[in-house]
Amino acid sequence: MTSIWTYTFKNLPSTSKWALGFCVRPLSCSSQLRAGPAVQTKSKKTLAKPNLRNIVVVDGVRIPFLLSGTSYKDLMPHDLARAALLGLLHRTSIPKEVVDYITFGTVIQEVKTSNVAREAALGAGFSDKTPAHTVTMACISSNQAMTTAVGLIASGQYDVVVAGGVELMSDVPIRHSRKMRKMMLDFNKAKTLGQRLSLLSKFRLNFLSPELPAVAEFSTSETMGHSADRLAAAFAVSRREQDEYALRSHSLAKKAQDEGLLSDVVPFKVPGKDTVSKDNGIRPSSLEQMAKLKPAFIKPYGTVTAANSSFLVERQRSSFNLLRTDGASAMLIMSEDKALAMGYKPKAYLRDFVYVSQDPKDQLLLGPTYATPKVLEKAGLTMNDIDVFEFHEAFSGQILANFKAMDSDWFAQNYMGRKTKVGSLPLEKFNTWGGSLSLGHPFGATGCRLVMAAANRLRKEGGQYALVAACAAGGQGHGMIVETYPK
Amino acid sequence: MVASRAIGSLSRFGALRTLRCRGYICRSFTGSSALLTRTHFNYGIKGDVAVVRFNSPNSKVNTLNREVQSEFIEVMNEIWANDQIRSAVLISSKPGCFIAGADINMLAACKTPQEATRISQEGQTVFEKLEKSTKPVVAAINGSCLGGGLELAISCQYRIATKDRKTVLGAPEVLLGLLPGAGGTQRLPKMVGIPAAFDMMLTGRNIRADRAKKMGLVDQLVEPLGPGIKPPEERTIEYLEEVAVTFAKGLADKKITPKRDKGLVEKLTSYAMSIPFVRQQVYKKVEEKVRKQTKGLYPAPLKIIDAVKTGLEQGSDAGYLAESQKFGELAVTKESKALVGLYHGQVLCKKNKFGAPQKEVKQLAILGAGLMGAGIAQVSVDKGVKTLLKDATVAGLGRGQQQVFKGLNDKVKKKALTSFERDSIFSNLIGQLDYQGFEKADMVIEAVFEDLNIKHKVLKEVEAVIPDHCIFASNTSALPIKEIAAVSKRPEKVIGMHYFSPVDKMQLLEIITTEKTSQDTTASAIALGLKQGKVIIVVKDGPGFYTTRCLAPMMSEIIRILQEGVDPKKLDSLTTGFGFPVGAATLADEVGVDVAQHVAEDLGKAFGERFGGGNVELLKQMVAKGFLGRKSGKGFYIYQEGSKNKNLNSDMDSIFASLKLPAKPEVSSDEDIQYRVVTRFVNEAVMCLQEGILATPTEGDIGAVFGLGFPPCLGGPFRFVDLYGAQKIVDRLRKYEAVYGNQFTPCQLLLDHANSPSKKFY
Repeated sequence: MTSIWTYTFKNLPSTSKWALGFCVRPLSCSSQLRAGPAVQTKSKKTLAKPNLRNIVVVDGVRIPFLLSGTSYKDLMPHDLARAALLGLLHRTSIPKEVVDYITFGTVIQEVKTSNVAREAALGAGFSDKTPAHTVTMACISSNQAMTTAVGLIASGQYDVVVAGGVELMSDVPIRHSRKMRKMMLDFNKAKTLGQRLSLLSKFRLNFLSPELPAVAEFSTSETMGHSADRLAAAFAVSRREQDEYALRSHSLAKKAQDEGLLSDVVPFKVPGKDTVSKDNGIRPSSLEQMAKLKPAFIKPYGTVTAANSSFLVERQRSSFNLLRTDGASAMLIMSEDKALAMGYKPKAYLRDFVYVSQDPKDQLLLGPTYATPKVLEKAGLTMNDIDVFEFHEAFSGQILANFKAMDSDWFAQNYMGRKTKVGSLPLEKFNTWGGSLSLGHPFGATGCRLVMAAANRLRKEGGQYALVAACAAGGQGHGMIVETYPK
Repeated sequence: MVASRAIGSLSRFGALRTLRCRGYICRSFTGSSALLTRTHFNYGIKGDVAVVRFNSPNSKVNTLNREVQSEFIEVMNEIWANDQIRSAVLISSKPGCFIAGADINMLAACKTPQEATRISQEGQTVFEKLEKSTKPVVAAINGSCLGGGLELAISCQYRIATKDRKTVLGAPEVLLGLLPGAGGTQRLPKMVGIPAAFDMMLTGRNIRADRAKKMGLVDQLVEPLGPGIKPPEERTIEYLEEVAVTFAKGLADKKITPKRDKGLVEKLTSYAMSIPFVRQQVYKKVEEKVRKQTKGLYPAPLKIIDAVKTGLEQGSDAGYLAESQKFGELAVTKESKALVGLYHGQVLCKKNKFGAPQKEVKQLAILGAGLMGAGIAQVSVDKGVKTLLKDATVAGLGRGQQQVFKGLNDKVKKKALTSFERDSIFSNLIGQLDYQGFEKADMVIEAVFEDLNIKHKVLKEVEAVIPDHCIFASNTSALPIKEIAAVSKRPEKVIGMHYFSPVDKMQLLEIITTEKTSQDTTASAIALGLKQGKVIIVVKDGPGFYTTRCLAPMMSEIIRILQEGVDPKKLDSLTTGFGFPVGAATLADEVGVDVAQHVAEDLGKAFGERFGGGNVELLKQMVAKGFLGRKSGKGFYIYQEGSKNKNLNSDMDSIFASLKLPAKPEVSSDEDIQYRVVTRFVNEAVMCLQEGILATPTEGDIGAVFGLGFPPCLGGPFRFVDLYGAQKIVDRLRKYEAVYGNQFTPCQLLLDHANSPSKKFY
């Protein structure tokens, strides 16, 4: 396997997609992949279903994804969300009053703007008659926002819904300890001086130690990086493989950025700062450089490092060891009829989707493995029908473990209730414009980025079906089929 | 409380034997240039690291014996001689077990102290070679690493352990009346410090991997893996091996040093221990404590202290010599034989000899949320059994639910559970006041008040709602199951399950079968009991079954002794001095005076004069005055919340005075008092075997020790007869019989054993 990865990434930046496809394919042991996309006929011409409304993505945008603590550090989450909404308004020229509903995903909530969708919409000048709500489902929060929109439109409630996601990790709510909070609340209730003094006398210095938002899984108390390291070990993914995959992600992202393929990015004039127009986490390094890094979670012999994780802030010693990116995304989702009536040329259909969940301890990040076959079967497609794979990359080790899990008969039989393995993923169709490892991963905003990347890649490369998949904290996952809109 | 400690830890020790085992793992290693298969070991070479895999055939666990040792040294000699090899990893191929300890049977076969000393010395020699190895050896530990296994591990240059619940390290020799005889008493104090070493060796407690890392007992931890390309257990061992190989290489290349940074407290402790005066004080303190707790009944702890002391004060040569000699002496003691016997018995009583039941109990229902009902619920829900807890009142039910929650929450405080696990376990419990859901129950255990009419009432009510396959179990301590089953429509599904209070602490479960109880019903009850973590004896129905029946004559004697003017404190110290973990008067208070009265009256009726002795009137008067024991705050003693010291209940004086009996001086020496209590117990136990209530002496011993606190150092009534001599016991009984009559008449089986000294229970 190692040789394939190395081979692929070394070739990718300099060769065309097709050339690469051919040089990799003979190495692959899976027979079904040998059929080249050129001669391939799809299992289904379209995924349109009788008696169901077609739902389309008119377009989608995102502000640049930045490392936390950089240009967005003085903003609030609704500022980023507002910027994404304004970008969407500008890109689509949709009249604000047409928008029926707005829904956003986010993970770490700013207490002041717990319904960040509403605050951002009001600020962006949407009608105060347009309701908005915020959803949360860890790293697939904006996926949840999109499928919520799909549900609202499919059931005929609305025609035009804006879905998006936002995350600002530059600032997070750090709370007083429970003891301190209790004391402060009791203090409010205390009426006499005596009561207050007696409360104060109970104060201890350790009350002041703050409570950081937990990154650890609540049910298992294990951090995601730690789980990813164990997952990589369980699937015998080596450090070298992980570094190589991370390098591939960064190299491809760099190339996509340089070639201007990341067209969903809209510039954002940050108040008091320069206009930001590019993702700033893309940093192709060398394997030698990456090999020098120490393991970030399982010390001293683990394999997950800052370099093969999505934007891990190095040298974080406390439990506050986050994967940290700031960013926001938004997209315009409509019923096909409405979009056509308004004269839009949609980019893609949103088709079948699934949510999956599994053991949050040992299979925390295996969501894509479970979601992929399920959503394909639901749509009546096979792996061969898919032209574009857009998977969320939480960690190199996680992606590679998912690859190995999908390529393992043993795993399929013992844990997925399948007779045979899901199959190996064709790397030449996989995250070819970079992924969360290189572009960054603002938890709540990544889902929309995945779908827009899939839609844009389908158009650019002339494919028909894309598969979007992601894992999320809580041992959950998501898979969705995106079908390109006929030209 | 060494005695009760011994009981507690023995169970864990026993549990190791019954670990789930997924069969053997066959693996081919890549890059190995040599593959030599022997019986217990094979080794392959990865680069310049030899990986030695320990996997004894036809056994779930690896144990150390002569054959294993000689094979091990053979392998190590090859490794030492091979220039290509620069370091080694020692690992077990068995899931859940590194090395469970030395082979107990090998020790049991020793007839003389010299033989056992030789075994110890052989072990010492092997481990000394290992310790002095010029090529670093890494012990890769997954699963139990106990006794000789721990001694082997601490002789290696480096230790890596999986952070798994099954990975425990410990020196449990003391629980078998032995000492760590292969260098443990010498190496442990140097490795973890004197106080921690004493704690490990004197309590025999198991230490989990994360704690072991903090203590310096292991150098690195490896997280257990989930499913991946292989089953989790298999891949975890493989991963452990990979990590261990990396460290072995690092040690050989001197990139890693085996020394670790000590914390401030540790540094201070080790500094303090370097002062001879402080060390002397520590020895003194520990010795005092041990003497107080063991009351001189257990020789092993003192010898452990001695061996450690000799090594530290007179150098390691003297230390090793002392260790092996004391090991030899201990191996042939009665105490050790008794404790080893209990260990074997416990292993036996953790098996279901009735086979697997047709239907596993997945949905349990418990009637009565009192102390017992809630206790049974607690040990069921935490094993994943869905449990309905029904009570008659909201208040009673709430109390029971709180008891279960508190039991679980205490585990959270001890970090044995996370709060999340607690909540998810607690969700298995459904409290209710009606019979909703009983139609899906696989078993109903009633723990309602001990009154035949009430038991009949609930049995009829329950049978109206439960499905055909559902088993009805009665948790009663004395009511014959036959009589309870009399009103049943399906007596083959009725069985007795006698739990002991507090259910979450007491390990014994006495299962009572009637003539009509079906095999499958019994198998199902045992299966549930085993799941609940119980040690199980299966006895025939009869008044008082086995445990209560043995307890009754003993209690009767205790009342007589009290009537004869011995005060409860004195009586307590006499009985604990004999080895009972709880004094006799305190025991009555703990059990509940009203319960004791019930039992005494019921069994008195059933067995007549033979169960006489003390006057039940004493208990009656106590109950009348509300002196029910601990639960009412007053019994023989006065109990105060939060206070550990208990004072005698002076209000008892008038009761004692009104029922005073003249003491018989010829049988009232301290020793006679002790033997009056114990011989009545033993005689009744032997009679239970004679009458077929008990199926085996082993179950009799396990029931007595784990259910009633019979002195573990004596090994149970039957082991006691074997070791002490049936004739001597008969002589004692005859002496008391002459004074008190037929309550002390030895039973026929005991007489048979006395008449032919070759007859033994074991």
